[in-house]
Amino acid sequence: MSYHLNHLKELESESIFVLREVAAQFERPVLMFSGGKDSILMVHLARKAFYPARIPFPLLHVDTGHNFPETIEYRDKLVEEIGAKLIVGSVQDAIDEGKIAEEKGYNASRNYLQTSVLLETLEEGKYDAALGGARRDEEKARAKERFFSHRDEFGQWDPKNQRPELWNLFNGKKNYGEHFRVFPISNWTELDVWMYLAAEGVELPSLYFAHERPVFERDGILLADCDYIQKRPEEEGAIEERMVRCRTIGDMTCTGVWESQAATIEDIIKEVSIARKTERGGRADDKRSETAMEDRKKQGYF
Amino acid sequence: MTDYTNMELLRFTTAGSVDDGKSTLIGRLLYDSKSIFEDQYDAVRDSSERRGEEGVNLALLTDGLKSEREQGITIDVAYRYFNTPKRKFIIADTPGHIQYTRNMVTGASTANVALILIDARKGVLEQTRRHAFIASLLQIPHLVVCINKMDLVDYNEEVYEKIKQDFEEFSYKLDVNDVHFIPISALKGDNVVNPSDKTPWYQGSTLLYYLENVHIGSDHNFIDCRFPVQLVLRPNTDEFHDYRGYAGRIAGGVFKKGDKVMLLPSGFASKIAKIDTLDGELEEAYPPMSVTMLLEDDLDLSRGDMIVRENNHPEVEQDLEVMVCWFHDRPLQLRGKYAILHTTQEVRCIVKEIRYKLDINTLHRNEEDKQIGMNDIARVVIRTTKPLFFDAYRKNRITGSLLFVEEGTNDTVGAGMII
Repeated sequence: MSYHLNHLKELESESIFVLREVAAQFERPVLMFSGGKDSILMVHLARKAFYPARIPFPLLHVDTGHNFPETIEYRDKLVEEIGAKLIVGSVQDAIDEGKIAEEKGYNASRNYLQTSVLLETLEEGKYDAALGGARRDEEKARAKERFFSHRDEFGQWDPKNQRPELWNLFNGKKNYGEHFRVFPISNWTELDVWMYLAAEGVELPSLYFAHERPVFERDGILLADCDYIQKRPEEEGAIEERMVRCRTIGDMTCTGVWESQAATIEDIIKEVSIARKTERGGRADDKRSETAMEDRKKQGYF
Repeated sequence: MTDYTNMELLRFTTAGSVDDGKSTLIGRLLYDSKSIFEDQYDAVRDSSERRGEEGVNLALLTDGLKSEREQGITIDVAYRYFNTPKRKFIIADTPGHIQYTRNMVTGASTANVALILIDARKGVLEQTRRHAFIASLLQIPHLVVCINKMDLVDYNEEVYEKIKQDFEEFSYKLDVNDVHFIPISALKGDNVVNPSDKTPWYQGSTLLYYLENVHIGSDHNFIDCRFPVQLVLRPNTDEFHDYRGYAGRIAGGVFKKGDKVMLLPSGFASKIAKIDTLDGELEEAYPPMSVTMLLEDDLDLSRGDMIVRENNHPEVEQDLEVMVCWFHDRPLQLRGKYAILHTTQEVRCIVKEIRYKLDINTLHRNEEDKQIGMNDIARVVIRTTKPLFFDAYRKNRITGSLLFVEEGTNDTVGAGMII
């Protein structure tokens, strides 16, 4: 008998360990849930970590108001199924209350506005640990993240001054008013996530599978047509139906879609394993500058 | 299609500077295994051009922070991922300069394999010794020494043999068992992914073949049963009314249903009633599995406690001899008090004695110099407020390791390996 775990089981075990550390070390954790595959994976792992008890923290969705309708549908169904509490931080409400001002123009996006709503929601709820489904393979600034990532009283990340992380030991000690971002799936790649979701038979939002949708092209990225995006006249004219799917799910204004015929999760794995572009390659929010992600993360973006 | 439920996970650390060709080697592994994406490559190429650099600087792939890119140095450990049909690899890429010992130690703490690069023209340097020493200190099970830039020494076997001999001459003093040598050229690709026809005198495997096949099944301790309790699960629902599960990750040994166990610190005996997971009950559990254990008796047991076998106990002590690597610019304080994180337990300690500071280049033990600053390695004696349940680090990397945390700032200031 040889005692060894396959790589997916080893990743699962590591993530479960981290989730349990959060439950043990923090008083008021919250799980950031966007409706994307990574946060779906997080919920799945959290169920495993605390079974047969319920997941001991609420889910938090920062709602830009510019979601794909499919995302909200999936979110509400999942929340009901697992009996979790859902907290929604609304960007629309914050705009209506005059707390933040909306960007204008063709490239307007509420992506940046999420940060202040997220920080305010965390503060209001006195949450001391926010669990996120970010992965190190996604983006070069995220490659430098810790599992337990310290945030000061302003919610800022100080990448040059991070606590070293060794072995199985996670230091979640903090002073009053500070909080942590915790990333249990740091070591998973896009391909790992898909392989695991396939092996576990997890149900996913329809957006990830190829479907017909009106799209148009901007700066080399295909965007789904919707009322939230201000289009240039030539873009209006170029809208056409294509077979596409999402590789990541975010705000409709900045989430690119990809031409694809992948109808099943097996198709997706095949597609991802030969993909020549990163999944965030379609994210307009990362393209604003070379260090767009690092800059946002320092301010408290997740 | 690849059977992805049959892949293993291997973590390795690379230490070295740009001069050794480390970035080129990582770039080569990623590129040849098709793990660099077009848009990543394009972005790096554009950045290189903007900086007026010659060619594509693959270091920009891993140096993700603005300040790293500005200064052209790696400040922090960068993690990179790639896979072949056989294994998934996690690379902890750490800078090689002396001031970054703490990063090397961090990257080494979880690695199965340490990859050490030597420039064939320069041979074994101080830096090489340092890397090898850290690999042995952190008990990385396998060491692979890549003698790089063989193309610049005409693929000369004698050069290779000489370096191999030099390395062995000092490494016999270290605590490393499994050392492997490979002559490569990262730039030309010789013996990295594909065997080279320029080194007919070398019969061994390529680097990738080695990484895909090195036996890591015994890297965990499967003998001494250790289960640190992480938290107690009590669902309080009708269906699971009396359920009391002890959640945690197996740190050593193989636990089986029905095993007689002993609980620490109470010393009470019980039996494993069930090893539980959401996917059903397990007959046995071993490292590094995360499971939930149920015992036959209702006993006092909570986070920080440990389940072990009746006839195989860890040490239970308050006075510990520790090799410490210091991470902070505020030096280690003799008589100073620190919080200690060990398995799932947290205690406080006082530093009772600094035995010696170790010169990691010469391995000289300096008993006069007791100033332990950032990146220094020293042997110290600590006394903890409560007994710890531990094994020597050599025996178990999980139950033998601990962190020093500064009270007040909560910074992680040191990493300790129990002797």
